[in-house]
Amino acid sequence: MELSGAEITVRCLAEEGVEYVFGYPGGAVLNIYDEIYKQDKFKHVLVRHEQAAVHAADGYARATGRTGVALVTSGPGATNAVTGIATAYMDSIPMVVISGQVPTPAIGMDAFQEVDTVGITRPCVKHNFLVKDIRELASTIKKAFYIASTGRPGPVLVDIPKDVTQFKTEFEYPKTISLRSYNPVTKGHSGQIKRAVQMLLNAKRPMIYAGGGVILSDAAKQLTELARLLGFPCTNTLMGLGGFPASDPLSVGMLGMHGTYEANMAVQHSDVLVAIGARFDDRVIGNPEHFYQEERQIIHIDIDPSSISKRVKVDVPIVGNVPEVLTEMIKLIKASKEKPDQAALKTWLTQIELWRSRDCLKYDRSSDIIKPQFVLEKLHEITKGDAFVTSDVGQHQMWAAQFYKFDKPRRWINSGGLGTMGFGLPAAMGVQLAHPDAMVACVTGEGSIQMNIQELATCKQFNIPIKIILLNNRYLGMVRQWQEFFYGERYAESYMDTLPDFVKLAEAYGHAGRRIDNPAEVEDALKWAFSAEMKDTLVFLDFRTDQTENVYPMIPGGKGLSEMILV
Amino acid sequence: MENEAGALSRVAGLFSARGYNIESLTVAPTEDATLSRMTIVTRGSDEVIEQITKQLNKLVDTVRVVDLSDGGHIERELMLVKVRAEGLLREEMKRMSDIFRGRIIDVTDKTYTIEITGAGHKLDAFLNALDKSAILETVRTGASGIGRGDRILKS
Ligand SMILES: Cc1cc2nc3c(=O)[nH]c(=O)nc-3n(C[C@H](O)[C@H](O)[C@H](O)COP(=O)(O)OP(=O)(O)OC[C@H]3O[C@@H](n4cnc5c(N)ncnc54)[C@H](O)[C@@H]3O)c2cc1C
Ligand SMILES: Cc1ncc(C[n+]2csc(CCOP(=O)(O)OP(=O)(O)O)c2C)c(N)n1
Ligand SMILES: [Mg+2]
Repeated sequence: MELSGAEITVRCLAEEGVEYVFGYPGGAVLNIYDEIYKQDKFKHVLVRHEQAAVHAADGYARATGRTGVALVTSGPGATNAVTGIATAYMDSIPMVVISGQVPTPAIGMDAFQEVDTVGITRPCVKHNFLVKDIRELASTIKKAFYIASTGRPGPVLVDIPKDVTQFKTEFEYPKTISLRSYNPVTKGHSGQIKRAVQMLLNAKRPMIYAGGGVILSDAAKQLTELARLLGFPCTNTLMGLGGFPASDPLSVGMLGMHGTYEANMAVQHSDVLVAIGARFDDRVIGNPEHFYQEERQIIHIDIDPSSISKRVKVDVPIVGNVPEVLTEMIKLIKASKEKPDQAALKTWLTQIELWRSRDCLKYDRSSDIIKPQFVLEKLHEITKGDAFVTSDVGQHQMWAAQFYKFDKPRRWINSGGLGTMGFGLPAAMGVQLAHPDAMVACVTGEGSIQMNIQELATCKQFNIPIKIILLNNRYLGMVRQWQEFFYGERYAESYMDTLPDFVKLAEAYGHAGRRIDNPAEVEDALKWAFSAEMKDTLVFLDFRTDQTENVYPMIPGGKGLSEMILV
Repeated sequence: MENEAGALSRVAGLFSARGYNIESLTVAPTEDATLSRMTIVTRGSDEVIEQITKQLNKLVDTVRVVDLSDGGHIERELMLVKVRAEGLLREEMKRMSDIFRGRIIDVTDKTYTIEITGAGHKLDAFLNALDKSAILETVRTGASGIGRGDRILKS
């Protein structure tokens, strides 16, 4: 039987086992929406802004490992989606975005709501397609899902002109797909793996530096096994938190610009550094020249060859999929008669404990103003470390990363690479829909939350009972911090004046809220938000926090890992 | 590369987005119409060339990338030069064209159009050898390259 392009699109999504489509309708996608109306294979979540559709699909993908799906109309629908797409691209999130396009004869005519979506998104997608022939529609969607979810994941956009959604053709969904020009490597080179294992066994001051690749490839189990087997300390990037349990004594927490003293010192003084699914980002290693250590050897495991030796030259590159490579390494280590030098390792771990005792995350616990760190510690305590935590971008993000100790992967959901304010709330929607019974907290700032505040309506419509933890410092705090440190305390436009009454705002959208001014009320408010009574209600907690608190440690731009500003 | 719409702009976009320099780029379909072949001339340190190679390979439409300068290779570029060919110049231009094994492919009583093929430096040398004021217009294709001997590029 012949189906229309719109029917085919919807059928393809069903074939892929898609559970949720996050989207917003418009002229170019009306045929697709009409087919969505007629089916019951997947649910459509109507957001209030296309950026939020993409972030929600992104949050869903990060929390599950499955490919997120967003649907937007042509022109402004597509341009609104761009920030979301770039966010997913920078953090390598598997996603398929379907955008409507003007009918093929109108392309290039400056038609109503026409933009060159494929051109605009080209630099921030893993790949994209413009479907000009309906006979290629099903195979293109199949390719999109395949490319998005394999190798180094990323967003793939499929632009479908309106006439293509009208035309009819026979529908057959390809079972498999093979692309001669796209064959990601998964198994690491066995010679290189052997060399790496030997290097690890000979290490005296070893350090594991694990990133987002461990989360993306579901390799937390293998990473944890490797570190414990060898007894090696481990640090995680912002994107890698939860890949190794923060509560394990071998964990030294996050490294980088706002990483812990012990993590940064240990990385800098190690003699063998093994980078696993991490890309030596500038927020992590600072200035490559200051990072460089003559006597340190580096092993780098990454599925994307272009991540290797991009910013830092490495000694043993291993191109491959993290779990497969680690499994191979564990096998070799277990089979080997050699063991790492235990005396050297003991000395090294003692040194690390000395660095740890510097207590770099300490803050004033006796303050009668609410300290943001305190709220996060309490959040961790009350949720028993078992919540999914999304965040926006700024100081609150860094404090959440430092103070919510993640023991499990896929629990910490934030925009690292692009640093997109406005990510937290819509991402939390995707997470909560993926895990309806889980506790989902969105840690945010009064600046960030206002970038997608309209999604409170979506939460109401779809009964998404997330808990919003607003650390309200009445400042674009991260900007304020830089201005205090590096711009002579000239606070140009970083004060958030005329803030709304967030409690009333939450109530206006049909939710519950509470404003908290005293440290003594923090615990009670959090208990209330996560109580059985509020289980099905979105709760908006407006914590009035210390306006001048700063994130420590901090490595100033252009400096090296051991040049931290400490409290 | 896959002979897909947009493949060229993906490559051009990659170079500009990452700040790599592009000296020339030529592209056309191959004997297999589903594939097109591109020759790119670029310049950079070993590290930069390594990144360029990796980034090009990463494009989903890229079937294979080789750095021809890693081994023996041949490169050729075609140039068309329109020169003044009046009076004394008429004989001089014919002579220069012959020396460089060019061919005069279009003639008017005032001009010659010379076709000349070779590696880029040969074309440069030809232009340098001409009287500057005699050159009316030039157009170059950019280099096409192929490995020497048995060396072949196959998907
Ligand atoms: C305000 C702010 C402050 C920040 N401060 C810090 C900071 O102090 N510390 C910090 O760490 N970050 C910080 N960041 C985040 C930083 O910008 C980067 O996003 C982050 O460090 C990158 O993490 P990553 O190296 O783990 O790489 P990711 O971006 O997570 O990339 C993953 C890597 O793994 C590879 N990979 C993917 N899948 C696989 C697989 N299956 N097998 C093998 N490899 C795979 C990819 O190719 C890629 O190289 C900050 C961001 C913001 C917004
Ligand atoms: C869309 C966007 N615009 C601007 C920035 C730059 N920026 C980074 S952090 C920040 C301040 C965030 O303020 P707030 O949400 O209140 O968080 P706080 O730092 O106060 O915790 C700004 C403006 C950004 N990351 N994203
Ligand atoms: Mg703020």
